[in-house]
Amino acid sequence: MDILNALVAFLNFVFIPGLAYGSQLALGALALTLVYAVLRFSNFAHGDTMAFGTMWVILITWALQSAGITGGVLPTALIALPFGIAITCAFVLATDRAVYRFYRTQKAAPIILVIVSTGIMFVMNGLTRVIIGPAEQDFADGARMILAPNDFKAWSGLAEGLALKQTTLITVIVAAICVAALFWFLQSTRTGKSMRAYSDNEDLALLSGINPERVVAITWIIATALAVIAGTLYGLDKSYRPFIYFQLLLPMAAAAVVGGLGSPLGAIAGGFIIAFSEVFVTYAWKKIVTYLVSADMAPDRLLQLLSTDYKFAVSFAILILVLLVMPTGIFKGK
Amino acid sequence: MFAGVALLFVATGVFQSWNLSLQILIIGVLSSIMALGVNMQWGYAGLFSTGIMGSVALGGLAVVLVSGQPVPEGWAAGGPRLLIALAFGVLVIAAAVYLYNRLAAGTARRTAMILLLGAGFFAYRAILDPAVTAIEAFNPATAGNIGGLGLPSIVAWPVGALFAAAAAWAIGKVALGLRSDYLAIATLGIAEIILAVMKNEDWLARGVKNIIDLPRPWPVPYEVDLQADPAFVAQAANWGFTSVEASTILVKLLYLAVFGAVLLVLIFFSERALNSPWGRMMRAIRDNEVSSAAMGKNIKSRHLQVFIIGSAVVGLAGAMLTSMEGQLTPSNYTPLRFTFLIWVMVIVGGSGNNWGAVLGGLLLGWLWLIVENAGPVAMGYLTMPLPDGVLKAHLIEAAPHLRLITLGAVLLLVLRFSPKGLLPEK
Repeated sequence: MDILNALVAFLNFVFIPGLAYGSQLALGALALTLVYAVLRFSNFAHGDTMAFGTMWVILITWALQSAGITGGVLPTALIALPFGIAITCAFVLATDRAVYRFYRTQKAAPIILVIVSTGIMFVMNGLTRVIIGPAEQDFADGARMILAPNDFKAWSGLAEGLALKQTTLITVIVAAICVAALFWFLQSTRTGKSMRAYSDNEDLALLSGINPERVVAITWIIATALAVIAGTLYGLDKSYRPFIYFQLLLPMAAAAVVGGLGSPLGAIAGGFIIAFSEVFVTYAWKKIVTYLVSADMAPDRLLQLLSTDYKFAVSFAILILVLLVMPTGIFKGK
Repeated sequence: MFAGVALLFVATGVFQSWNLSLQILIIGVLSSIMALGVNMQWGYAGLFSTGIMGSVALGGLAVVLVSGQPVPEGWAAGGPRLLIALAFGVLVIAAAVYLYNRLAAGTARRTAMILLLGAGFFAYRAILDPAVTAIEAFNPATAGNIGGLGLPSIVAWPVGALFAAAAAWAIGKVALGLRSDYLAIATLGIAEIILAVMKNEDWLARGVKNIIDLPRPWPVPYEVDLQADPAFVAQAANWGFTSVEASTILVKLLYLAVFGAVLLVLIFFSERALNSPWGRMMRAIRDNEVSSAAMGKNIKSRHLQVFIIGSAVVGLAGAMLTSMEGQLTPSNYTPLRFTFLIWVMVIVGGSGNNWGAVLGGLLLGWLWLIVENAGPVAMGYLTMPLPDGVLKAHLIEAAPHLRLITLGAVLLLVLRFSPKGLLPEK
């Protein structure tokens, strides 16, 4: 029995990675669910919006670095982030003006909007690949580790090391700030209230003088900002590859649906549920169990429920389970 | 319209090479078959499924299992045990479904399901894992899988359709009750799961280590055999071709004939089906589910039926594609290429019109591959004024990706200005 080492191993390999990944998914799922709540369709271009925005953040980071401006201890990407958001917002608003608005005024069926969003997805995906290429990019700089495993071992005298990457901490803090700001915005400001009103009942909202185009524009801006932040955090924490971002659409959509499509609170809960289940199911528990049981009972197998490559399968299994058992999700979406 | 597309292929033949033109045409014909399948789901019945890639991949898997080289040692090591494990897995799921339907909703049912599925999963892994280890242990550098049956390629095609149909039945049972966007997300995910299984289960088809040397379908010969045949070389010289050129073109023409014949048969039956009472019923359900249900039509089972048939057609095309390529490369299956591109073909060609799907398949198949081939050349001309350097090299290198932008733009323009497609439904 060695509970302390087991606990440290659990924190290091399960809890902290799950927390960081969950924060990234939660931000992405929030953006997806906001678009769904106000514009009433699932945006298939969401993953590529993240890739597109993160690409601009990377390019600006490089430009800043070559101009000699860095974030010091913090990653330079954080300085580049607002510019990346601004460029991506401009692009997304232009697509709304040129493409989506036509179908909105026609009151087209949601499925048509989904198909239209796949068209946008193609264009954004192509632009990203043409501008930065499909290869992997590393743009993290600044201090790498807040807590290095060896320092922790020396300090605590335990056999297990605990690592805390700076990007992980930044991810969690930035995600918390974004979520708090978003909820304050939705609950307390006039614009946020008009967004919720529009989402609940479009006709009544129009009658009470809410400008629909303004609500839609603000929704796009918030959703895009969240997507670019989520994409940048994911890229800093792991690595940037446009194809991976397209695939992230799946767990993010799963998170939004599990929480209840259209419910912001649900998107956050869903993000963490998906992230933790992915880590739980694909982690090899051998190490932790070995600490917990007596030496002669130590397992000789990996104790891994599914191989790591089935991460997406896990999120989808949960998605399908939720759709079958409670189709509106945990927080009663639409 | 078709004459216009034919002109494109002739122009490609004249300006680039006939070999390339034929190659694109063959892929176009295969894409047309896939588009026919998607058109059944979307055009006839209005189902938006984004799991096309999964059906294509399952078709490819069927080719490996049916016409791949047998690996008797691998099979002997763990084959029977593997089958028992799979049968056990199916049994557990069937028992779970049975229990779910028998028990009333509540804590008792929830507990029973969790216990049954949990215990079932661990028991399944206990049976499966030793078999997998045994199979993968045999000669992992060249085999490590259960091997195929070594049957001719053509036998594998209907099996591919059958695999895709079986998967579609299971998916349809779970997902078809969902609303349109949910169905799209769910099927997108299921296709990814199918692919994840194919990439990781090495015993099945060697995963990402790929399977090569799949036999060609009758009657297509191998180029090397033709070039070694003196009669053929003499005949080619007679027509003024080198033997290499003549053999590659002959092989491609034969593929085209085989695939074209399949396409024609499928179109014949699709047209008959669409203009039959069954086809009218499907379109009635698509246009107004409530009133069709009031007329006594069983919406759910009709949707399931058309979903299965459409997936089977896509699976057939997937099997044909794999046996033409002669190898199964799971990492080649990407949703952009095998799901969304096929969708664009159907929508641009004309949803609900079989000929439209074929036109879309040929036209966009051409566009997709020609931009890849001609894009760098065109970019080379466009960037002529630029000085040689990083930027120019990057632009030329990036040119093949322009096809994504082109395709997205085509889709958006067609949806905006001609939402019924090039050949509208009658």
